[in-house]
Amino acid sequence: MVFEPVYIHDKNCVTPLGFDYLSNWNGLLRGISSIARNDIGRGEFIPVSKFTLEQARRLLTPAEDSTLLERMLFTAAKPIAEKHVPTARTALVLGTTKGNVSFLKERRTADARLPVLARKMAKALDFRTEPIIVSQACVSGLLALSVAKRLIQSGQYDDAVVLAGDVVSEFVVSGFQAFQAMSLDPCRPYDKDRAGLSLGEAAACIYVSKVPGEFKILGEAAISDANHISGPSRTGEGLVQSVLRAGKEANIDIKDIDFISAHGTATQYNDEMEAIAFNRLGLQDVPLHSLKGYFGHTLGTAGLLETIIGLMSLQFGTLIPTVGFETLGVSQPLNIIQRMSRIPNEARSRLLKTASGFGGANAAMIIEKTTAARTG
Amino acid sequence: MLEKINIQKTCIIEGHQIVVDDKLVWSGAEVLPFSDFAKEAFLQLKIDYPKFYKMDALSKLAFLAAEYILQGEDTDELALVLANKSASLDTDIKHQKSIQDADHFYPRPATFVYTLANICAGEIGIRHGLQTENAFFVAEEFPKETIYSYVDYLLKSGKAKRVLCGWVEYFQEEYRALLYIF
Repeated sequence: MVFEPVYIHDKNCVTPLGFDYLSNWNGLLRGISSIARNDIGRGEFIPVSKFTLEQARRLLTPAEDSTLLERMLFTAAKPIAEKHVPTARTALVLGTTKGNVSFLKERRTADARLPVLARKMAKALDFRTEPIIVSQACVSGLLALSVAKRLIQSGQYDDAVVLAGDVVSEFVVSGFQAFQAMSLDPCRPYDKDRAGLSLGEAAACIYVSKVPGEFKILGEAAISDANHISGPSRTGEGLVQSVLRAGKEANIDIKDIDFISAHGTATQYNDEMEAIAFNRLGLQDVPLHSLKGYFGHTLGTAGLLETIIGLMSLQFGTLIPTVGFETLGVSQPLNIIQRMSRIPNEARSRLLKTASGFGGANAAMIIEKTTAARTG
Repeated sequence: MLEKINIQKTCIIEGHQIVVDDKLVWSGAEVLPFSDFAKEAFLQLKIDYPKFYKMDALSKLAFLAAEYILQGEDTDELALVLANKSASLDTDIKHQKSIQDADHFYPRPATFVYTLANICAGEIGIRHGLQTENAFFVAEEFPKETIYSYVDYLLKSGKAKRVLCGWVEYFQEEYRALLYIF
């Protein structure tokens, strides 16, 4: 059965680089990374992308006692929810890995629960439906967008606000350190000297509906590796299958895309897995970037945040280079974007966004700039 | 839209009992902690799968429910759609305890990896070779309308042939698994 297409109309993101999508874009155009040394508990200064106290104060506040995460989410979503006032058939889909997990430090177990966070956000943003939470490791944000699309296509909702957020907490930092997955210097995706990831915090928001708009979701899929819970498949099988199935739904040759916004965490295993997968797919010549060197790995937000930047690349016809990358350090060739460049064919240009995470999770989505798109 | 009538098989694990399609297949002593009940229910299956012992309680629960419901079932293009209330909170608390005190700081990768709700789905996928569509939802109560709508989409779009879906909730000895095959 073929479903009615779903379109992306509006987007916004909040990161230490900027409090809206345009200021983030301008930061990227100037090549600024928000990764800096921060103390994440225990007096250890490690490179992460984190809001300064002064920045955090400037975020919008949904309630008096709101957490940093709640303020980030609210700041990202408020302009979207004001423009597209939620009806009784508007979904709120929240993607997050750990939500307000830091409440556990104060033994506030009930407050750490994800449904409590989601309901707070739904209330603050005047949603009339029960929020939907997607928690699928580092694929959460991109999968949340697929979930919104699918639930609109199956007729449960008319439109949806997709929201994703995660923060840099001692909880997560200590875990990744225990895994020895954290780089001592800002991360270097796909580079021969890469030494692990840098964490980041961000919130991202996208509005989708069946009404034709600026960007059309051509196809998407989220296929598991079924291989290992904490490492990616060595053959990249789940990612390969995700891209193939997204391409099948899009009904296009997957090589007929203009660029790839990849996951590129800068861990040895992830970047190598992606190189293998993209070569198996014959996509090694397609321009590809990772944005982790600017924002860090923003966990559940990453897929949605990086999709938003990808949309802006389609909008303005400008490809963003991979900061931190110098010399290819994976076993298969990749066409890593190293300089700011133009998309050759701007009309109907297409983006492939991918993400992978713990649990063997993967997700892929192909998005096309429509002729209805505003020109930059 | 899917309805109850479209359910091909069910498995319920609660109160130390495992029920498949209304038939009681295993019952453990009520006084046992969950870990002992889970171990007995696992041994009853007579399968060689040492990874089971490394799993956290949520993954053990999900694994057992999947194992009992998938006996004799075709898993070709079988998607996995799970939901619960507490996400990985039970294991989150264990990881938090290991970092709470700077003088007794001992975070363990083997615990941390289970601080993600979808890992239990990953365990089922590995056991049954499910290189298929996979999603994990969190909600106060079983989001029946959303799950049914989502499953309906997966089947109608051809993204899955069949779907194993349902509820796998575990938090501090309180648990319930209810899986369906559509």
